[in-house]
Amino acid sequence: MHPGQQVAVGSPGRRQRQRVPLPLLLPAVAGLLFLVLPLAGLVIRAPWSSLPQRLAEPGVLTALRLSVQTATVATLLCLALGVPLAWLLARVDFPGRRLVRALVTVPLVLPPVVGGVALLLVFGRGGLLGGWLDATFGVTLPFTTPGVVAAEAFVAMPFLVIAVEGALRGADVRYEEAAATLGAGRWTTFTHVTLPLIAPGVVAGTVLCWARALGEFGATITFAGNYPGRTQTMPLAVYLALETDLDTAIVLSLVLLAVSVTILVALRDRWLTRP
Amino acid sequence: MRARPLLATLAALALLVPAGCRAAAPGTGPRPAGSGVTGTVTVLAAASLTESFTRLGRDFETAHPGVRVTFNFAGSSALATQINQGAPADVFAAANPATMRTVTDAGNATGPAATFARNQLVIAVPEGNPARVTALADLTRPGVKVALCAEQVPCGAAAQAALGAAGVALTPVTWERDVRAALSKVKLGEVDAALVYRTDAAAATADVDAVEFPESARAVNDYPITVLRDAGNPTGAQAFVAHVLSDAGRRVLSDAGFQAP
Amino acid sequence: MTPPTERSTPLLDAHLVVDRGAFRLDLPLRVHAGEVVALLGPNGAGKTTALRALAGLQPLAAGHLTLAGRVFDRPDRRLHVPPERRPVGVVFQDYLLFPHLSALDNVAFGPRRHGLSRRAARERAARRLAQVGLAGQLDRRPRHLSGGQAQRVALARALAVEPVLLLLDEPLAALDARTRLDTRAELHRQLADHPGATLLVTHDPLDALVLADRLVVVEDGRVVQTGDATTITTRPRTDYVARLVGLNLHRGHADGHAVRIAAGVALTVGDDLHGEVFVAFPPSAVALHPGRPDAVANTWPATVGGIQRHGDNLRIDLTGPLRVAADLSPAAAARLHPVPGQTVWAEVRPSDIRAYPTGNS
Repeated sequence: MHPGQQVAVGSPGRRQRQRVPLPLLLPAVAGLLFLVLPLAGLVIRAPWSSLPQRLAEPGVLTALRLSVQTATVATLLCLALGVPLAWLLARVDFPGRRLVRALVTVPLVLPPVVGGVALLLVFGRGGLLGGWLDATFGVTLPFTTPGVVAAEAFVAMPFLVIAVEGALRGADVRYEEAAATLGAGRWTTFTHVTLPLIAPGVVAGTVLCWARALGEFGATITFAGNYPGRTQTMPLAVYLALETDLDTAIVLSLVLLAVSVTILVALRDRWLTRP
Repeated sequence: MRARPLLATLAALALLVPAGCRAAAPGTGPRPAGSGVTGTVTVLAAASLTESFTRLGRDFETAHPGVRVTFNFAGSSALATQINQGAPADVFAAANPATMRTVTDAGNATGPAATFARNQLVIAVPEGNPARVTALADLTRPGVKVALCAEQVPCGAAAQAALGAAGVALTPVTWERDVRAALSKVKLGEVDAALVYRTDAAAATADVDAVEFPESARAVNDYPITVLRDAGNPTGAQAFVAHVLSDAGRRVLSDAGFQAP
Repeated sequence: MTPPTERSTPLLDAHLVVDRGAFRLDLPLRVHAGEVVALLGPNGAGKTTALRALAGLQPLAAGHLTLAGRVFDRPDRRLHVPPERRPVGVVFQDYLLFPHLSALDNVAFGPRRHGLSRRAARERAARRLAQVGLAGQLDRRPRHLSGGQAQRVALARALAVEPVLLLLDEPLAALDARTRLDTRAELHRQLADHPGATLLVTHDPLDALVLADRLVVVEDGRVVQTGDATTITTRPRTDYVARLVGLNLHRGHADGHAVRIAAGVALTVGDDLHGEVFVAFPPSAVALHPGRPDAVANTWPATVGGIQRHGDNLRIDLTGPLRVAADLSPAAAARLHPVPGQTVWAEVRPSDIRAYPTGNS
């Protein structure tokens, strides 16, 4: 087979070799190295010989399970609240919308520990709503697993809202008008037309949101505390392992990384490569 | 003792020349006659030393014009990890000997550490003591929420020792990452009590009351301090350690609630 | 297509008034059952605004909208029925087929919203698609359809809700010239079968003339002329319409067979009229001579302005007392050798000129 023949077969255009300009290639590679090298550091420095024993320690699996569960529940909570919020910001012109949009991004710039303190001030025992929640519903968030979910959702929701709002702003509202002329009310239009149209944005936001929730540390340890099996997620376990044993901390970090990358890649294949 | 800092300086310089400026930059102020201490002294100190060491640093700067002391306060264990990973610093003051040992064992200190203060645990309760805690045993009462330091950090180890000595089996609602985090849970009223150092409670008298308990005598914490091997300013580091160990230093520490070693 | 009787009650009876900044649309509109009306006008005339107002996507500032006896807009009574509750089907300019749905589900979308079961909706959709010759493309996503196919799916989707009023916004504008020819014929057949009222918005006179029973010409938010294809093509009333249908149009004062136009030019016409009139004649009726011709009437001196190719001929813009376009055959062009700035003599035979009163007939 001649080398040139390959161009004709396969998907045209897509696989064609492109010349990448050097001013783009160099910083791109440097950026990639910058992101990947610390990861390589973890892998190289990992105590591979003692890895099985360290993984078998009882606390590891517990923390991992709790992390995945709370991050998933937090993401579902963010979807339930964040998508309507994004819709409101993108589609409804109300006074003070710019201010509200800025407020939504506050958890992004707030140090997570401060976010945790702020959550305590509202949902804590002596907080604005915490006492009432406890007295009325018997619900207490601090030092509980729901508290972990709340802390993670607080920190991760802006990622979802921003991604979905961007997708909504990019979506053509005329499709919604077309749906209306076909007899679809606002809600049906939203579920049957708008959501499918912005699905890639929602998926991207969900992935970001979940990843952020999974890695959440500061707000969680401040708001929900640290108790194995109840509020000690992987990042907390890593932090405390770091106090005494660097090797264990590295192993825990690698486990967290491996699990998150596996789940994200699996989701990506499932959701982002539809025909 | 004269030769060792010199050797350390030479070793540090040999490391510094190819690596560029790694340690703190030398001071630019006029060199004070006689004292021989210049530049910046970087001190890594346990979180429980925040108030007392900040004051000691100011006093030291007054005594040695042109010298600047910069602090990094955090959990002792985190600081020890940073030092063993090559963090540029001159002095390390830990909240317990075990943590200090991880640094000295790794050969990152210039010699054996000196104990400069001792600390004891108290039960910190929110102002007014709403759960009416008077003894260690009260902490096991149902409905009483307690925060303890995680066992991996010094205040947690001390708490375990005290609880063990008292024969009290206690399940906290949270294992906090350091003593300040435990204390802040008390300040916010999220827990009814936490075992913290007397000095930490003393620094927060506005929001927190301290309840002494006799078993704390069984878990007294020694605070060691040392000059680090890779100190960029060994002369300044020696002078600062001497200041901490001096009578004036002791006074500042005892004002903060520390006991003399 | 049977022309509607003027006596019957119109299916659509509307007076659309919409304010958008300095622009105001003020458009009375009546369409009978089975009638296809084209709203023709230049860009920015308000055609699409009118269509959106009819669909309920644009609230009225004043006026009214009645469809099959039901009132859907009465701003003075704060009455506005939202789009999803109007018996209206719309074919949008770029079709707006839902990209995540197959052709079948696109067409079934409307019937499903109107209460049909999933199965019944799909059956109706399949029937509709078969009617437009797409029985084999039911499962295709819109991006895998050709332009002409997408247009037909859009039409099937609009008709699947069995609308009283069918609206089409530039239905052929997105197609290339060849597809356009086929699709136009096909669309003509489909519209003839639609029992309700049909309103077509277009800026293409050919689409309007072929597809519509009646034309409503809109300029700057107002109706400037209405009528069937023959009236519009032979008796334009504005420069825009004259340009669309390719006629020279002038206004003048008639006194018998003589019409006095601008700057002392008088034309002799076949019609016998008095008062203000329009005179219209095609560019092909204008003959050009290098010197003064022997003809007694309808000659005037003119200057050659622009020269363009126009089909096989040359189109000459003449300035002078009358601004007129003239078409020159290659043979005539070879004799005359027109160059810009050249002075020539123009001539139009009286029998080629149509004159009609300016007052609404």
